Amino acid sequence: MDFAVNILALGIPFSVALLLASLGEMFNQRAGVFNLGCEGIMAMGAFLGMLVPYGAGHGAPVPGTFNVLGLLLAMAVGALLGLLFGLAVVTFRAPQGIAGIGLQMFGVGTAGTLFRHFVGGTQSVPGIDRLPIPVLSDIPFIGPVLFSHNPLVYLTFLLVPAAWYILFRTPWGLRVRASGANPRAADSVGIRVNLVRFQALAVGGALAGLAGAYLSLCQVKMFSDEIIAGRGFIAVALVYFGHWRPLKITGGALLFSFAQALQLAIQGQGIDFPYEFAVMLPYALVIVVLAFSRESLLLGPTALGKPFNREMRT
Amino acid sequence: MTKQFKILYRTVLILLAVAAAMLAGALILWTIGADVTKTYSVIIFEPLKNKIQIGEVIIRAIPLTVIALGLSVAYRSGIINIGAEGQMAMGIIAATAVALAFPGLPKAVLLPLALTAGAIGGAAWGFIPGLLKAKLHVSELLSTVMLNYIAAQFYTFCLRGPMLDPAEITMGSGTPQSMRLTKAIWLDRLVPGTRIHTGVYIALFLAFTVWLLLWRTSWGYRMRAAGAGERAARYGGIGVAGCLVAAMVISGAFAGLAGAVEVAGVHRRAIEGITSGYGFSGIVVALFGGLHPAGIIPASFFFGLLIVGADMTQRMAGVPANMVLVLQGIIILVIVATRMVLANPYLEDRVRRRYCRLTGRSREE
Amino acid sequence: MEPNTGKITSLRVEHITKRFPGVLACSDISLSVGEGEVLALVGENGAGKTTLMNILMGLYRPDEGRILINGEETVFRSPGDAFAAGLGMVHQQYMLVANMTVLENIALGYTRAWSPLALDLDMVRARIDEISRKYGLAVDPDAYVWQLSVGEQQRVELVKTLCLGARFLILDEPTSALTPQETDELILLLRKMTRELSIIFISHKLQEVKNLSDKVVILRRGEVVFEGSTADHSSDDIAALMTGREIHLPRNDAPECEGKPALDIRGLKVRSDRGFLAVDGLDLSVCAGEIVGLAGVSGNGQRELAEAINGLREVEEGEILFFGRNIADHSPRDVIDAGMGYIPEERNTEGIVPSFSMKENFILKDAGSPRFSARSFLKLEEIDRNADRLRTEFDIRSPDTDAAAGSLSGGNIQKVILAREISRMPRFLVAVYPTRGLDMGAAEFIHRRLLEKRMEGIGILLISEELEEILDLSDRIAVIFKGRIIGTLDRGTADSRKIGILMAGVRNDEAV
Repeated sequence: MDFAVNILALGIPFSVALLLASLGEMFNQRAGVFNLGCEGIMAMGAFLGMLVPYGAGHGAPVPGTFNVLGLLLAMAVGALLGLLFGLAVVTFRAPQGIAGIGLQMFGVGTAGTLFRHFVGGTQSVPGIDRLPIPVLSDIPFIGPVLFSHNPLVYLTFLLVPAAWYILFRTPWGLRVRASGANPRAADSVGIRVNLVRFQALAVGGALAGLAGAYLSLCQVKMFSDEIIAGRGFIAVALVYFGHWRPLKITGGALLFSFAQALQLAIQGQGIDFPYEFAVMLPYALVIVVLAFSRESLLLGPTALGKPFNREMRT
Repeated sequence: MTKQFKILYRTVLILLAVAAAMLAGALILWTIGADVTKTYSVIIFEPLKNKIQIGEVIIRAIPLTVIALGLSVAYRSGIINIGAEGQMAMGIIAATAVALAFPGLPKAVLLPLALTAGAIGGAAWGFIPGLLKAKLHVSELLSTVMLNYIAAQFYTFCLRGPMLDPAEITMGSGTPQSMRLTKAIWLDRLVPGTRIHTGVYIALFLAFTVWLLLWRTSWGYRMRAAGAGERAARYGGIGVAGCLVAAMVISGAFAGLAGAVEVAGVHRRAIEGITSGYGFSGIVVALFGGLHPAGIIPASFFFGLLIVGADMTQRMAGVPANMVLVLQGIIILVIVATRMVLANPYLEDRVRRRYCRLTGRSREE
Repeated sequence: MEPNTGKITSLRVEHITKRFPGVLACSDISLSVGEGEVLALVGENGAGKTTLMNILMGLYRPDEGRILINGEETVFRSPGDAFAAGLGMVHQQYMLVANMTVLENIALGYTRAWSPLALDLDMVRARIDEISRKYGLAVDPDAYVWQLSVGEQQRVELVKTLCLGARFLILDEPTSALTPQETDELILLLRKMTRELSIIFISHKLQEVKNLSDKVVILRRGEVVFEGSTADHSSDDIAALMTGREIHLPRNDAPECEGKPALDIRGLKVRSDRGFLAVDGLDLSVCAGEIVGLAGVSGNGQRELAEAINGLREVEEGEILFFGRNIADHSPRDVIDAGMGYIPEERNTEGIVPSFSMKENFILKDAGSPRFSARSFLKLEEIDRNADRLRTEFDIRSPDTDAAAGSLSGGNIQKVILAREISRMPRFLVAVYPTRGLDMGAAEFIHRRLLEKRMEGIGILLISEELEEILDLSDRIAVIFKGRIIGTLDRGTADSRKIGILMAGVRNDEAV
């Protein structure tokens, strides 16, 4: 019983970074753009998230202000990087795959460079602590699993229904969905498809930045070159086989995170399984799921990956 | 006149791209308070100052060339291989395994054997995403990236486990590396005083082979057609799926071979971090070199220069070596963006019209 | 986006010209529509009709010319401007998002129901209701578009356009995908609507043009060739004007089909990309030395048929016998090796590799053949010689054989494809819309070569929408409608009127 509680209680915070990045990428892909540079944006977010609290040290007027500032900075720069990506793939219509890799290299490189210059070494930050919800967190089993996490976890899971509402019940979400599913139709009723794509990329970038900041402030409480470890790419894949729907994406994120938690728990039990093979599992799992998912674009953004140009005859 | 105009158009756009990249890089440098001109001059000129440094540039250019050649085969066939890093690692494991298993063999046998093993290791790692794409339509962008991470873990496992240098165990230092490989596998040093090794010949030979394959054989023709016009190729009876798989196998083999060459020529043992980002740098080199051997060779020299220079900036200008990744990323973004501009017939048509109006030449020439 | 509340009493288009790279889509076009008038814009594929209407709707900017509404010059920078002026268009390819509901599709343009945080779907629902009742157009707001039939989707498009405030309707081939009954219903509906609005509709179906329009404007290759009142002309006249001269090139006698036909299709069923049966029990045979023209409005299964014949699409049921051998579901390579030649529909993406040079495109199907390669190495000299020869023989205009094929004009690209196919000495040729969008000179050249091949004993299946072309070249004419052959005519008895009627799906010759 304890074992199960541990895995679940571990798995949920593990899923936050992945989930935030995936929800952001969901908006991107729904609008018709896939951003492989997510990994790079997360790296920048991770660095910026811990930079402010690290640099400012203690003595915040209200405890936690610097953490919040770090998060906001990560989101702002993330949005900016998303727009930069938009410049390449929307305005200049560059192929989204390679451009994404370029953005990833840029993000990871810049984060590493700035980190080494401004911080260096293996500095850790106090980060954001857990915030158990009074009363609720005392309930046996559910308490530690659901209600004893840091505030960002609660925020993220509140974001899931919010993202659903935004995508399916607001005019902007409608425009986003149309821009990805049938940009010609959207254009013919006066929607500025390219503008919508820029907006989606900004939102996606902000969420990716936040995801990175979560990793450095809440999960590992420091920054390193390997902090993102491919989560950005996994997020992109998740959106694909979550069929661009917030609920399925959440399920996928939880699946991966529980697998990761399971792996750690098993090793904690002393079962002799080579560490490296255990680490390989999530990545192999992604490939397996990709191989077996019939991703039908007809369900979602049919025009995914194709730049929109009104003057081109189809 | 049309050809002249085209060349002018392309050169101007590429120069603009490089300028934009340097500008963006300067911005980052300014943020960390580095001296921009000093940094750029260190990167570009320092490595050329003496024979040893030039040698260092060349030994980095060797794996870059080989990997970029393989990538260009893949890209030209229409499949985007991001997995060179993992394919290289698998090649290193294969080559090292062979060298460790048969230390007694003479050089004439062991060296080619090990290099071939390296190629096969990489080829196998490239075959997987190729097959997944051809049969199951799995995006190669995602599968190759995932395989990179898996290969990296496997590599670490091998280095800490089965391939660990027995000496490390007895000495208790635990550095994850294989033992020093037998001399029979070493690629000889070419120029005394430098670390340049006979791998140079291999790289040049492969460049020639790729050119021959892509532009002088019917196989290469079909692969290029599959990449440049997939539908037309299919309508023309070309087996596109087969071309994709072949391209990934070749691309993986080249990356694996590059890894084997690195081990045999430079380090003479398998160590941590041996791939040191060559897989990703190879992508930039391939793009920068226009996916053609004639362009890739100078491009790999240029990027070898950047890598060595960036190492030096750490000491001389206080700029972390990660800067090289920043520049590479920007260059990729700018190249693919301008390439689309180049390829846009509407824009080119409009620019040509204006150019002709300005210079008063006839449109049809 | 405020709908224009005033009536549009006059719409004039003056001297509109529009160029695309390599194509002059519209050349000095002028026309006008008055209050409550219906104008039919007629012409064959590539004539410039859709481009002109897209200009009217703000999707394209004209290179020259102007648009006047109610006497005032208006410039449309985007579709939004066109809506604001009261124009609404129902496109041939419906501008609907398949995986959204009807309600959402209409809400997409109905900005009055938008507030930053919420969509007032009830307001949209009310508006749909209002329009439905006013015009008698019933739609189910909660249905997903992919669930609706083509006729229902069109109704949604009409409702959408009206909800968004259109006071002037433009319809592009409104009955192309409708059953005869749905067509009649639509025509009645549109006649009623002329009380409130004026209409331009694009068509090449004589029935509709006669039944619905007050004025007719005929376009050919981007220019206006005729303008007049519908009542004053019979459908024969209109058909003749549409297809142009009736001169046929001199020909031999019809061939004897001794023994088995070259291509014999039996009971063929092929699915389209969307999953329904595009070819639904098709029987057709073509003899050696015979040209069979397959006429029909595009979208009735032609593409799927051509692809199935060439091994590019799976066959559900039926046989394709090529000189006696069933080639259904064989690989494209097999079919090519069996002697099939193919001039595909989309020359730029299916016929050539645009970035390859002309000479490289000539060897697309034969790179590995002994003629062009020795032990896998390309025989460069032979490839060059071949290219030079073909370039001269087919009069392909380009600076040299190294020029990228994609940079050539449409006519020259088609010549490259034709040259390649013909020089391979095929036993049979499938030609799909071979002269679409080409100028007269290029079209004539291609026709001449096709006739030459016919005289040499090669069977040809000519798939085309241009009646003139079909009448010029074919020995027999088959008309395809909804995936089946609805009727065949012999060369001697066929004329454009009869074919046009069959194309519209009318089996018996009813008085028009």
